[in-house]
Amino acid sequence: MMRAFVTAVYGFLYLPIGLVVLFSFNAGRHASDFTGFSVQWYGRALSNTFLMEALTNSLIVATTSAALASLCGTAAALGLGRAGPRTRAVFDALFGAAIVVPGVVIGIATLVALVQLFGIVNPALAALWPGDAPPRLSLGYGSIIAAHGLFSTALVTMIVRARLGALGRDMVEASSDLYASPFTTFRSIVLPQILPAILAGFLLAFTFSFDDFIVAFFVAGSQTTLPMYVFASIRRGVTPEINAIGALVLVASILLVITAQLLLRRRRPASA
Amino acid sequence: MSSAARKRLVTALLLAPAAVWLFLFLVLPFIAIVVFSLGERAPAGGYQPALTLAQYANLPARAAAFWNTLVLAPAGALACLLIAYPVAYYLALKVLPQRRLLLVALIIIPFWTSLLIRTYAWMYILGGRGIPAFLELVGLPDLRLINTPGAVLLGIVYGYLPLMILPIYISLERLDRRLLEASADLGATPFSTFFSVTLRLSLPGMMTGFSLVLILLLGEYLIPTLLGGGKVFFIGNALVDLFLQSRNWPFGSAIAVALVGIAVVLLLAANRITARLSGARQVDLL
Repeated sequence: MMRAFVTAVYGFLYLPIGLVVLFSFNAGRHASDFTGFSVQWYGRALSNTFLMEALTNSLIVATTSAALASLCGTAAALGLGRAGPRTRAVFDALFGAAIVVPGVVIGIATLVALVQLFGIVNPALAALWPGDAPPRLSLGYGSIIAAHGLFSTALVTMIVRARLGALGRDMVEASSDLYASPFTTFRSIVLPQILPAILAGFLLAFTFSFDDFIVAFFVAGSQTTLPMYVFASIRRGVTPEINAIGALVLVASILLVITAQLLLRRRRPASA
Repeated sequence: MSSAARKRLVTALLLAPAAVWLFLFLVLPFIAIVVFSLGERAPAGGYQPALTLAQYANLPARAAAFWNTLVLAPAGALACLLIAYPVAYYLALKVLPQRRLLLVALIIIPFWTSLLIRTYAWMYILGGRGIPAFLELVGLPDLRLINTPGAVLLGIVYGYLPLMILPIYISLERLDRRLLEASADLGATPFSTFFSVTLRLSLPGMMTGFSLVLILLLGEYLIPTLLGGGKVFFIGNALVDLFLQSRNWPFGSAIAVALVGIAVVLLLAANRITARLSGARQVDLL
């Protein structure tokens, strides 16, 4: 009985995903009439310039924020391993908040803070700038990358720290007993062992940023990311074109997550 | 430079980038919304400095959003818990180890997959040309599924179930099997072993899952918007309205601060309950 229940739950989780993919190949317009196989909606989606622009924006934002988060998060994980208990407690609390606070609050707070900050910085820049056209800071790529990077840095730190905790101390000690410099020990002993975790962190951070709607909704300014575009189209009405782009997004995130899981699996089975 | 001072310097340099990020994009923004929540709305929209609690006194103006959220979010989290527990139990204790990895991965995957698209799938399924159209064929006309509280609840369970399963699974997987054998050897029935050993030891995982899901649900916007169709309003909808449409930033900030306050109280209460009932701390996700 329990087995049947669990099977039903897996069905519940995957059936809607399967339906989006299935109906993206529907020749007709509606779920109730599957009129035949067609890839026309993929063609429509790929030739939609607004959609492609939103996709490009999302790829830029996700790659940049995930890369920055991987650097900052890995450095922070290494630093926290050496820091005192009080420093660690402060960082733990802040990283925990970055992960748990709902996106809508992060989006609003970042919007409010940045608008105030620009209100101070822009006039100052205008006064100090020697030329005629001083640079103006505004919402856009930068603010989305910064806001996504917050969650992602916390995420990468958490993943890399878990791997560092599982790292054998004896190898590190043997290396320094043999007169390797700390940097050499890091490069040839520690880094190779935590690299899969860093890569997994990068992929999950990328997935998070690529899929995020609510944070970007507040801080994107005049930019549009792919989820923002999809959301706006959905509100105008359900179309098979959305199914096509949705199916592509689903398949892309599933592949990214599977890769991340495979990277994390080595030597540390069965835990998320 | 002494080696101890040098070591401290390296530690500080490693932590510096994350510290700057946390300060600029978490601490500072939070201070900003607290300051804004004490201000007044400028005549043209936006913020005008002031020191007043008027925005907080005005919170009842959005009572419907708070009410919907504070009813549907706990209900959704509870539904998630009830469905998640048997799944986590099955994965941790009933499945052969070689199949377990794949089955757990299949739970993790939807969690990282676009909530927007997954929720959209339900618009398609529950919408007029989805299930209702099929039900009409078998003689159940005019059934309305989408844009109801029930649809929002379904979307919540669908979206957050994986996040509930994982911490419970982790706490059950770490459970010492010998305790179960000992309990059985001492003559306990499977039923009483479950209630006095298994359930009790997995309580930290349940509380982690429940509080995490509940807090994230308090800020949910996509699910009520897409499946509630403007009829089921959450706090998240009120915030989007106040910040992006009616531009009443001080009032919106007060609501956001209230939301964080509710979340903190819930988290403290969950910690207290877990500590009292099981004497253990919550499970860390990961």
